[in-house]
Amino acid sequence: MTAAKDQFGRPTVVVTGMGVVTSLGAGKTDNWQKLTAGQSGIRTITRFPTDGLRTTMAGTVDFIPIEPFVSTTLSDKLADLAAEEAVTQAAIGSKGDFPGPLFLAVAPVEVEWIARFETARATGSASGIDYDSMLKASGGGRFADFHKRFLFGSVADHLVERFGTKGSPISLSTACASGATAIQLGVEAIRRGEADAALCVATDGSVNPEALIRFSLLSALSTHNEPPEGAARPFAKNRDGFVMAEGAGALVLESYEAATARGAKILGVLAGCGELADSFHRTRSSPDGKPIIGCIRNALDDAGITPDDIDYINPHGTGTPENDKMESKGVMAVFGERARQIPMSSNKSMIGHTLSAAGAVEAVFTLLTIEHGRLPPTINYAMPDPEIPLDVVPNTARDAQVRYAISSSFGFGGQNVSLVMAREPA
Amino acid sequence: MNDKTTAREVWITGIGLASSLGEGLDEHWDALQARRINVDETTFAPYPVHPIVKLNYDAQIPKKGDQRQMESWQRIGTYAAGLALEGAGLKGNTDILSRMDMIVAAGGGERDLAVDATVLNDQAQGNAAPGALNERLMGGLRPTLFLAQLSNLLAGNISIVHGVTGSSRTFMGEEAAGTDAFRIALARIVSGQSDIALVGAAHNGERKDLLMLYEFGDFALKGKATPVWARNGEATGFALGSGGVFLVIESKEHAQARGAKPFARLSQVVADHARRTVPGNVTAVLDSLWAKLGVPTDTPIITGATGAAYATDEERAFLKKHANAPVRGHATSFGHLMEAQLPLGLALAALSIAKGKLFAANDSTGVEIENAASPSQIVVIGTGHWRGEGMALVERVPA
Repeated sequence: MTAAKDQFGRPTVVVTGMGVVTSLGAGKTDNWQKLTAGQSGIRTITRFPTDGLRTTMAGTVDFIPIEPFVSTTLSDKLADLAAEEAVTQAAIGSKGDFPGPLFLAVAPVEVEWIARFETARATGSASGIDYDSMLKASGGGRFADFHKRFLFGSVADHLVERFGTKGSPISLSTACASGATAIQLGVEAIRRGEADAALCVATDGSVNPEALIRFSLLSALSTHNEPPEGAARPFAKNRDGFVMAEGAGALVLESYEAATARGAKILGVLAGCGELADSFHRTRSSPDGKPIIGCIRNALDDAGITPDDIDYINPHGTGTPENDKMESKGVMAVFGERARQIPMSSNKSMIGHTLSAAGAVEAVFTLLTIEHGRLPPTINYAMPDPEIPLDVVPNTARDAQVRYAISSSFGFGGQNVSLVMAREPA
Repeated sequence: MNDKTTAREVWITGIGLASSLGEGLDEHWDALQARRINVDETTFAPYPVHPIVKLNYDAQIPKKGDQRQMESWQRIGTYAAGLALEGAGLKGNTDILSRMDMIVAAGGGERDLAVDATVLNDQAQGNAAPGALNERLMGGLRPTLFLAQLSNLLAGNISIVHGVTGSSRTFMGEEAAGTDAFRIALARIVSGQSDIALVGAAHNGERKDLLMLYEFGDFALKGKATPVWARNGEATGFALGSGGVFLVIESKEHAQARGAKPFARLSQVVADHARRTVPGNVTAVLDSLWAKLGVPTDTPIITGATGAAYATDEERAFLKKHANAPVRGHATSFGHLMEAQLPLGLALAALSIAKGKLFAANDSTGVEIENAASPSQIVVIGTGHWRGEGMALVERVPA
C-alpha cells in the first residue's frame, strides 16, 4: 500500500488549497490569528433596523459592501473570495480553468425583499398591492436581473464562470451540515476516479431581517445582546442559543496521486466522511442520540480508524441548549472514558454559526489546527455545565499535536455529517 | 481512471408519480394514452398552470401533524416518495430504509402571500417606520412556515414519514438539480459507494410568487396552454406544472437478493452547463452528451423541453439531427415541473419500457410521431430553461 491509496484501496484525497472568510476577516492568516487569540466577530447589527427584534447581534461580514443589500449577492462575493484564496494557494490549473467539478453549499436562494419592493413600486399603486398586480408589472425585461439573481443555481453559475470548473456544478443544501456535504461530494467524486480535483465551496450571507426572524420564531437564537461578543456560549451552562453568522470556506481537493505528480504542497488529508439522517423530528435530534453516534462512527469507519486515534474534536457546538447536550452525549458514547481527555473546542464561540458555510469554514479551521499544532479555544466559557464534563479548551488557545481530528455538522431536517481529517496519508 | 471492475448494473425498481394527470402508474399511462391534459387557464390567468389532482394524503402521510408541518410541494413529494417505496416493496422495511440513500432535487421558499402584501402596502402608503418590516414578520409569520421553505426539508419529511435514513442530500439549482441528483446517485451505486437510493423531486406550480420569478425573465407562458412544440414567436415559455416524482434505484445484485423486479435499467446520466452566450451553445452540448451515451441516432427520446424560447429552439435544432427518432415531450401534458423535469422523463421512460411501447404522441407540429415498436432503449433529455443540460439512458433489462 502506498500513500496514493487508502487502506480500502481508494484514491487518497488530500487538500491542496484552502480559503476562508468570516466576521473575523478575510483569509486564513487573519482568521487564524484572531481565532487563536480568542477574539469574537459577533457584533450589533447595523445593516438594517433591529427595532422589535429579540436578537440584535450577529456575525455579519460588514467589510464587503453590498448596496442595496442582497443576501444572495453577499453569498456570491463571500464564495468568490474564499474560492480565490483556495485556488491561488493550490496553484492548480490556470486562471479561469479549474480542472474539476464544483460542489457548492449555499443557503436556499429566494426572491428577496428588494425584488418585491421594486415590483410593488412598479405597479404604480399606493394600495391594494398583491401578487396579481405585481405579476402584471414583473415582465417585459426590466427585472430580468432578478430572475438571474434569484434562481437557486445563480451563485454556482457565477462561480463556474469565474473559476471555469468542469461539468454541471452542484448546488446543495443539507441545512447547517451543507458545507460538510459539499466536501463529502468532492471526496466521493475523487474516490470514484471521476475527477482528479474538486472545488468544494460553502457560503452564507443570510443575515437579513426575514432570515433572522425565522430562526428567532423557532427560539433557536441567543438573545444575549449585550455585549454581543459574549452571546455565543457553546457548552457553557448559561448558553441560550446560536448566533447567526456569515462566511465562506473553500477547499481544493485532489487525489494524492495528482497532487504529488504536479508537486503540490499537501495541506492535509480528507480521510473519512460519515453521514446518517435522523427521522425523529424536523428541528430536534433523536433523544437516544443514535443518529449522531452513528454518524461519527460512520466517519471513523470510513477513515479506517478507531475512536482512540482521534486527538481533537471540532464539534458542531452551536451554543443551543439542545445541540450541545445531545452532541456531548454522542461524543461520550463514541469515545467512552477517553472523551474527557480529547480536546473539543467550538469555533462558533467566536465566529457564530455560519449556517450553510459552517461545515467548510470549520473544516478549514480544523486543518489549520492540525497544521499549526494549536487548538483554538471555546470562548465565553465561564460557567461549566456539569452535564458536559469535557475539555472544551476553555477561553485560551493551547498547543497540541493533532494527527487525526473530526469535525461534525448537524442540521434541521435530521442532517448529520462528520469529516475525519489527518495531517498526512496513513 | 481508477478501478472499474466494481462497475455495477443499476435497476429502477420503484416509481412514484403524482401530478396533474393523477397518481400512480396506471392513471398516468391511461391519461397519456388518452392525450388528456389537465390545465387551469383561469386561476392564475393569464398564466396557464397544471394543478395537482386531489390526493388522499392520509394514504402516504398518516399523521395529520406531519401534513400540517409541510407546504404543498413537500406534501406532494412525500406522497410520491411513499408511492415509490410502496411500488418497490420497501414500505416499512426498516432494515433497508435505514441504510437507503436519498437525494432530493428541491426548490423551496413557499411564501405567505398575505403577509407579503401587508408589508408591501405599508411601504406603498408611506407607513413604514424603521423596523416596520420586522414587526409585520414577527407578528405575521407562522414559526413552522420556515420549515416548509427550507429546501432540505422535503428530504427531512421523507426521513420522518417514511424512515429513509441512510443518508439525505438535497440538490438545488432548478432543472439541473434533478439531473444531478440521478447522476450522483447512479455513480455512487455503480462504484459501490451505495446499494440503493430513493431519488426524486417535487414541484408545486400553483404559486404566484414562483410565477413572478419566471415572469421576471419572461419565461412564463401566457394565454392558452399550447402544445410545447407549437410555442413559437410571441407565444413562448412554460406553463408551470405540479407533481412529485420519485424513483427507487438499486444495484442489480441488491434487487435480486430481495426478489425485486426491474422496470428498466438506468444505464447512464450525463450533464453539462453550457454558457449559452451565442446561438448553438446548447445544441452543441446536447450533441456531445448524446455522443457520450453511444446509442443509435434513431433511439427514442423523451424530453422535458419547456417551451422557453432559446432553450427549446436549440433543442429543436438538436432533434432535427434525430429525425427518425420517435420523440415525446412531456411538458405538453404535465406542464414544466422544474427540478422534477428529468426525473419525470426517467419515470415515463421506465414505464414505457415496462409497457413495451411509447405513450401516445401528443403534438400537431410533426415533432412527435406515432411509433408502435417496443423500445429497448430510451434517451431522456432535460434542458433547463436558463442553465443546465442533462441526458440519461434507460434500457430494457433482458429477461
